[in-house]
Amino acid sequence: MTLRGKLIVLVTALVVLAGVATASVLHAAGREDRKNRVQAGGPPVRGGQVSLAPDSDRRIVFRNMAWGPHRDELATVPAADPSGPRTASGVKCLRFYAAAGTGVCLRAERGAVQDGYRAVILDARLKERAHYSLPGIPTRARVSPSGRLAAWTVFVGGDSYAGTNFSTRTAILDTRTGRLTKTLEDFSIERDGHPYRASDVNFWGVTFADDEHFYATMATGKKTYLVRGDLTARKVTTLRTNLECPSLSPDGTRLAFKKRVPGLPADAPWRLYVLDLATMRETALAEPRSVDDQLVWQDDRTVTYSLPGDFGADLYTLPADGTGSPHRLLTAGLAPAYLG
Amino acid sequence: MYVADSRSTPAAPAARLTTGRRSAVAPTVLALGAVSLITDVSSEMVTAVLPLYLVTGLGLSPLGFGLLDGVYNGFSALVRLIGGHLADRGGRHKAVAVFGYGLSAVCKPLLLVASSLPLIGAVLAADRTGKGLRTAPRDAMISLASAPEARGRAFGVHRAMDTAGALLGPLVAFLILRQAVDGYDAVFTVSFCVAAVGVLVLVLFVPARTAPERAPDAPRASLKAALALLGEREVRRLALCALLLGLATVSDSFVYLLLQRRLDVPDRWFALLPLGTAAAFLLLAVPLGRLADRVGRWQVFLGGHAALLCAYALLLPGWRGAALPYVVLALHGLFYAATDGVLMAAAAGAVPAELRSSGLALIQTGQASARFVCSIAFGAAWTAWGDRTALATAAAALAVCAAGAVLLRPADTARIEGRPV
Repeated sequence: MTLRGKLIVLVTALVVLAGVATASVLHAAGREDRKNRVQAGGPPVRGGQVSLAPDSDRRIVFRNMAWGPHRDELATVPAADPSGPRTASGVKCLRFYAAAGTGVCLRAERGAVQDGYRAVILDARLKERAHYSLPGIPTRARVSPSGRLAAWTVFVGGDSYAGTNFSTRTAILDTRTGRLTKTLEDFSIERDGHPYRASDVNFWGVTFADDEHFYATMATGKKTYLVRGDLTARKVTTLRTNLECPSLSPDGTRLAFKKRVPGLPADAPWRLYVLDLATMRETALAEPRSVDDQLVWQDDRTVTYSLPGDFGADLYTLPADGTGSPHRLLTAGLAPAYLG
Repeated sequence: MYVADSRSTPAAPAARLTTGRRSAVAPTVLALGAVSLITDVSSEMVTAVLPLYLVTGLGLSPLGFGLLDGVYNGFSALVRLIGGHLADRGGRHKAVAVFGYGLSAVCKPLLLVASSLPLIGAVLAADRTGKGLRTAPRDAMISLASAPEARGRAFGVHRAMDTAGALLGPLVAFLILRQAVDGYDAVFTVSFCVAAVGVLVLVLFVPARTAPERAPDAPRASLKAALALLGEREVRRLALCALLLGLATVSDSFVYLLLQRRLDVPDRWFALLPLGTAAAFLLLAVPLGRLADRVGRWQVFLGGHAALLCAYALLLPGWRGAALPYVVLALHGLFYAATDGVLMAAAAGAVPAELRSSGLALIQTGQASARFVCSIAFGAAWTAWGDRTALATAAAALAVCAAGAVLLRPADTARIEGRPV
C-alpha cells in the first residue's frame, strides 16, 4: 500500500472510531440525564430537612438510589413505612453511617486532574464538623453507638499496568478529641495467643462495641480473622477465622457477618451467619444469595443488608436466628442506618 | 555473533542513510513508540477506573481479586518467552506483535459484559497474555531497526513515548467520567477505540520485515538455540547481572509504602506517587539512552542501580524534608530510565539478530522473575524484622549485587560493535 493509501485508511478508521467513542460517551452522559428524571412507579422522593438526631419517630437513613432529581442523596424514611415518601437531604456520600446524632460520610471530591476522597464527619443537622482526606476508594463506614467514634475503610490501589493487587486501610477517629488512628496496621496483633507481625496484614469492616472496643476483619496470609480490638491498648486479638465484615447486635451478644463458604462459585462465595459471642456458636441465616455487605441490625432480632437491584441496590431484612426468609425492606437504597 | 549482528541488520544502515544525522531515530522506532503510546493510553484508562468500577459500579470487593495477581505474574513470564520464540521463527515479529496488541484490544469491550470477579479476572489475564506476547517481538523490532550505536537512544525514545501514554490514560478516563458520571462503559468503549487505533498504526506503519534474511550459517530459531544463548559468554553475563540486580530490586508498591511511612506523605497524595516516578522516567529516558550510547550501556545500567541505592538510603534514616519525596521519586524514575530500555539496548548487542526476540525475552524474564522473588523476600523480611531493617537489608543486598555485577562486567557492547568510545 502506498503512504497515501495508508493515510486514507488511518484517517477513515480514526473518523469511525472517534464516532463510536463520542457516541458511547454521549450515550453514557444521556443515561445520567435520564436517571435524573423521575421513574414512573418509583418511590416518592422530596427534598427537605433531614436530621440525624434520634427522636421519637424511628427512621431509616440511606443512600436514595431512586431515579429523579434527588438520586444518590442521603434520604430518610419512617421505619414503620419503609416504602413511603422519602425525604432527601441534598448530601451525597458513597458510604454512610450514623448513630446518636453523628454521621460519617465518605465521598468523592472532584479535583482538577483526578478525583480524591474524603471522610466527612456530620453533626445531627448534616453540617460538616471535620474532614479527613482518604488514600483510596471508600468501602465501609461505622459510628460507635454513642456517636463518639467513627471508623472507615478504603481500598488502596497498588501498581500500574493492570495492577489487580488491592489492599485496605482502616482508620478510627475520636470525633470528640480529633485523635485519628490512620491505620489499624499500626496496632499490635495477638494471633492464636502469640504476638504476630506481617507486611500483608489488612483490616476492614469495623463494628464498635463501645467507645474503647471494637470488632473487625483482619486478613493475612490468605486467611481472614475476626479480631477484637482495644483502642486504649492499641491492640487486636484474633478470635476466629473465616469471618468478614462483622456487625454487633444492639444488645452486644451476637455478631452478624458474611462467611466464605467452600464449594460456592468464586464470584458469589459469601453466606450470612450470626455468631453468639457467649457460646461461639454459628447460625446460618436463611439468605440463599451471596451478600457482599456489612450488615446492620434493625433490632436485636432482625438484620438489614443490601443486594444488587434494578436501580443499584435494594435493602432486605432477615430474622437473625436462622428462621424465616428474606423480606424486601425498600427498593433503590444503599448503606442504611437506623435512627432513634 | 556480534559480527553476524552488524552484518545482518539491513534496517540499520537504512536508518542512517535516510537521516544523515548521527544516531537519529528510525521511523520504525517512532511508529512502534506511537503504537505503545496509544496502547498505554488505552490500558491505563482501564487500570485507573477498574478499582472504582469494581467497588462502586459493581459493588464487588476487589480484595479477593488481588489473590489472582500472583498467578498472572508467573504466567506472563512464560508467555513472554513463548512470544519471543514465535517471533523469531520465520522472523514473524510483526505478526506476533499484532496478535498481542490485538488480543489486548478485544479484551476492552469484553469488560463491558464481564460482571463477576472470575470473568473480569479472565479478561485481565487475556489482556496480560497479549502484553506478554508482544513485548519481546516489539523490543526486537526496535533493536533491529536501529543502528547499533544508537540503540540506547532508540529505546529511550520508545520508553518515553510509552510512559507518556501511561500518564495520559488516567487523564482521559477522568475526563470521560466528568462528562458521564458512572460512565464506565464509555471508558471501556473509548479504551477499545484507542487500542484499535494502536493496532492499526502497527499494521500500517511498521514494516513487516524488520528481521534480517537468515544467513546460511546463522543459528536457526529453535527453543534449543534460544536456550543455547545462555551458553554465550556475553548473554550469560548480562542475564546473570540483570538477575543479580533484580534480586535486590524492591517492588514499586513497597517503595511507595515506605515513602508514605517514612516521610508522612499526605493520604491524598498516595495515589499520585507512581505518577512522580513515571514523570521522571518520561523526562530522563531519552537523555539517559543517549548517554548510554556515548559512555556505554553497562555503565548507565549500573548507574541506574546506584540511583536506586541512593533512593533506599534516603528512605532509611529518620530525616524529614519537604523535598525528600520528590528526590526519592526522581531517583526512582531515574532508575527506570537508566535500566529499562538500556538493558534491552545492551542485550540487543549480545544476541544475534536471528534470535533477538527470544534473547530479549530470556533476559526480561530472568529480570522479572528475580524481582518477583525479591518482592516475596522483602515482604517476609518486613514481617520478620520490620520495614526499616528490611530496607537496610535490601540496600545492603543491592550494594553486594552491584559489586558482583561490577566484577562480572559484560564487555561494552557498543564498543564491540565498533563504535569509538
